[in-house]
Amino acid sequence: MYETFAITEIRDENYRAKTFVFDKPLSDAQPGQYVMTWLPGVGEKPFSIAGHDPLMLMVVAVGPFSEAMHHLNVGNRVWVRGPLGHGYKLQGQHLLLVGGGYGVAPLLFLAREAIAAGHTVEVCIGARTMAEVLLAEAFMPTDFSSVNPLKSAKSVDKLSITTEDGLLGTRGLVTEAVEVAIQARRPDCVYACGPTPMLLALARQCREHNLPHQLSWETRIRCGMGICGDCELDAATRQAANIPAGWLVCKDGPVLFSE
Amino acid sequence: MADLTCDFLNLRLRNPIVLASGILGTSADLLERVARAGAGAVTAKSCGPIPRVGHPNPVAVDWGHGLLNAIGLSNPGAEAEAKMLVEARERLESLGVPVIASIFAGTVAEFGDVARIIAAARPHVIEVNISCPNVADEFGTPFAASCESAAAVTEAVKRNAGEIPIAVKLAPNVPDIGRIAAAVVEAGADAITAINTMPGMVINAEAGRPVLSNRIGGISGPALKPVALRCVYQIARAVDVPVIGTGGVTTGRDAAEMLMAGATAVGVGSAVWTRGPEALGQIAGELAAFMEQHGYGTLQDLREVMRVQ
Repeated sequence: MYETFAITEIRDENYRAKTFVFDKPLSDAQPGQYVMTWLPGVGEKPFSIAGHDPLMLMVVAVGPFSEAMHHLNVGNRVWVRGPLGHGYKLQGQHLLLVGGGYGVAPLLFLAREAIAAGHTVEVCIGARTMAEVLLAEAFMPTDFSSVNPLKSAKSVDKLSITTEDGLLGTRGLVTEAVEVAIQARRPDCVYACGPTPMLLALARQCREHNLPHQLSWETRIRCGMGICGDCELDAATRQAANIPAGWLVCKDGPVLFSE
Repeated sequence: MADLTCDFLNLRLRNPIVLASGILGTSADLLERVARAGAGAVTAKSCGPIPRVGHPNPVAVDWGHGLLNAIGLSNPGAEAEAKMLVEARERLESLGVPVIASIFAGTVAEFGDVARIIAAARPHVIEVNISCPNVADEFGTPFAASCESAAAVTEAVKRNAGEIPIAVKLAPNVPDIGRIAAAVVEAGADAITAINTMPGMVINAEAGRPVLSNRIGGISGPALKPVALRCVYQIARAVDVPVIGTGGVTTGRDAAEMLMAGATAVGVGSAVWTRGPEALGQIAGELAAFMEQHGYGTLQDLREVMRVQ
């Protein structure tokens, strides 16, 4: 069933992304899990959890639902069911987080939890253009504590930004930055969320380096309950990334562990 | 050791627990996953003559005592479904798990067309869904609502299904389900699946509107169990064909109750939400444990216990 959350703050992240901060925590949420967000009369869509205490969701305006979200104001309510699915698990000491495009949202939550638990965290953010780089400030070593609800002075060890237009950070693909990061300091586990082509490349890369990895896969989510079967990934993606047959993104995932 | 072997039509199931239509039956991979998780048989999601995308979200909600869903018969169309069924049947053959197809249509003639296409894929059984509660806007009152329309669909499907047995899936919301059951058996039904979901509505008070985009949906899960037990009981006394008793079965004990009501096999659907695809094998295991604990040697012993009282 749904719980209502009221918006207390809306942050503009870039030209089409906003982060919504809500009035209370989402109980029992783990990084990498998601919620189904219902706007009565509009529809219902999945969003990964960018923060759980208080609940934070980053919404990119890509369709009628997300555009309706963008028209909401502080004080407006949304209806949320969740947390749903299986998220990331902290594994090893040094963690490499890789976010592509708007896939960075769950990694912010993960970074906070990992740092609070004493892990060292390195982050690689990739985007097509400078305008599409998201949450870079939130991950910035200097600014991280300001958005950290734990008020921790600790932050991510290192942040690399890669853009295909080269206007921010290094020009290229995020997987190139990941290669540099792995060579400099081998992580115990690689965590990622982003578009499917990035995840496929990263899965290959991690296998080559024999690195444990936890990747969050994206697809259309319908019931969010593991019953309707709509969220199975296509056969080509499953084969390319060693995803088990019959694996349900909405319930077994969205995060799949390599081991 | 309790014997879970279930003779259903011309099939021998390793246990009576059958994946209900509409749950995870969208691909050969998912049907195989449920079969490997211990199901006695699996039913594919219903398919119609042409592809449908179904209703927009929200399509399902857990309201505390069960689910309410209106997926809206999303399916790839009969031709694509037939290909999937061939693959599923081949893969499940080595597991000894039969594949039940499920079909729906908007007219009696279309039911016949879909049955012919699906029969060519040689599923072990064709289930005839005349009772989906969620598409009234397009299809009107379900065929399951009257003896005449239920029988007409049954005849059309039977005529086009060749030697493949058919199970007609009935709706709970009729005044006398025994009469509908008798009508479809008279028209050629080899078995009956009972029941489909019960039409219902969940309103969110804070929002001041129904939760589902379709407004009305089908109630399933624990809230449906007493309705299903009553229907199966009445059907088993009205007709002499096997019944797949479906509705709210979440545990092995629930399955025992369904068999006591007169079911030959037991459908499981919404339990997958709370227990995962492993629910079916777990329920079979719990049923065996219940039978051992209470001195039932076979499923027939459970079916007879209420008759001798």
